[in-house]
Amino acid sequence: MMHIPDLLKVFAEHRGDSIVISGRGGRHWVQISETALDVPLGDPAMGGHSGFGLGLALAQPGRRVVLFDSEGDILMSMGQLATIAEQAPANFYHFILDNEVYATTGGQPVPNAKNVDYAMIARGAGYPRAHNYAELDDFARGLPAILAAPGPVFVACKVWPDIENTPIGQRVRWRKRGADKVVQDLRGALGA
Amino acid sequence: MTEATAGSLSPETVMRQMRKNGVTDIVWLPDSETNWLYLLMKSEPGLRLVGVTREGHACSIAAGLYAGGKRPMMLIQNTGMMESGDSIRGWLMGLNVPIVLMVGYRGYTRHGVNTDTAATYTERFLMAFGIPFYLVENDGDADRISIAFQEADRTKKPVVVLVGDEFHGFNR
Repeated sequence: MMHIPDLLKVFAEHRGDSIVISGRGGRHWVQISETALDVPLGDPAMGGHSGFGLGLALAQPGRRVVLFDSEGDILMSMGQLATIAEQAPANFYHFILDNEVYATTGGQPVPNAKNVDYAMIARGAGYPRAHNYAELDDFARGLPAILAAPGPVFVACKVWPDIENTPIGQRVRWRKRGADKVVQDLRGALGA
Repeated sequence: MTEATAGSLSPETVMRQMRKNGVTDIVWLPDSETNWLYLLMKSEPGLRLVGVTREGHACSIAAGLYAGGKRPMMLIQNTGMMESGDSIRGWLMGLNVPIVLMVGYRGYTRHGVNTDTAATYTERFLMAFGIPFYLVENDGDADRISIAFQEADRTKKPVVVLVGDEFHGFNR
C-alpha cells in the first residue's frame, strides 16, 4: 500500500506540462501544484471524473491529460470504461487511488474491496494497457515508461485511506478555488 | 409527403441546427427514435459521436469537452435525463457549462393525456431543477433549438430541448 502524498510526489517529478485532474488526490495535490493546468474539482458528482477526463482529453489531443480517479468512482460508473476505450484518446492517463473504502463517509468498505481487479476490468473493457501497483518503489520504477507510451492507459494503485469521520460542516476545506473557477481558469490557459 | 411526415421534425432539420450552432461533439445514448439521425450524424464531417452507456455519464464527458474548448451537445431520452439528476446538478449546473440537451420526450401526447409516467414527470423534473426548456414538435419549431443555444450561452447553464414528436421520431 502507498500513501497518496508519496505517490503524487513521485508523479509530480514526471508531470511535465500535463493537465492534472487531481480527483480523489485533490487535497494532497493542491499542496504540490496549483496552476491553471491543475484541475481540483472536488467531487461534482461521484462517478463522473473519468468522463470529465475523457472529454478533456478528446478536446485537447495535443496535451497529456492525467486523472487520479478512485475505485468507488469506477464501481459507480463502470460503463465509462467502455466509452473511454472506444474513443481511445492517446493522451489520456487514467490512474485510480484504490483505498478499498468510502473514506469520506467514515471508511466503510466498498463492495468486495479486496477481490476486485480493476486493471483486469479496464483491460476487459478495451483499454490496451493496464497496470497494478501496491508498492511505491515499483510505481516509481514503472511510471516513466507508462507516461512515455501512448494512452489510454489504466493504472490501479493501492493506497492507504484518509478516513474522515468529522461532520462535513466541521471539515477543513482544502480547495483554494471553486470548481467553476477551476474550469474557467483552465479554459483561459488553453485559450478556449 | 404524407400527412404524418408533413408535421414532423426531420433529422435533416436537426442536423442543420447542429451545424448552425457550431456543435463539435454529440454525447449520446440512442433511444428508440433516433436511428435516422444517427446515420446523418455519423456521416457529418467534423462531428464526433461519443456514445455512453448511462445518460449521467454524458454530463461529465460534456463538461470535459467544454472545459477543453469544444461545443458539445447531449442527445438522450427523458428517462435517462431523470436518471441523470445528480450529474446534471454537479457536472453541468455546478461547473457553469452552457450546453443544450436534446431530450426525447417519451410518452408525450399533444392532447395531454399521458399513459406513460416518463412523460408525466419530465417537465416537473425540469422545473424542480430550474432548467429552462423548449418543446419542438416539428420542423416549424426548429428555430427553438437555436434559441436554446443562445440561452445556454447567455446564462452559462444547461437548456433542454424536448423533442415531442410522438408519431415517428427520427426513424423512417
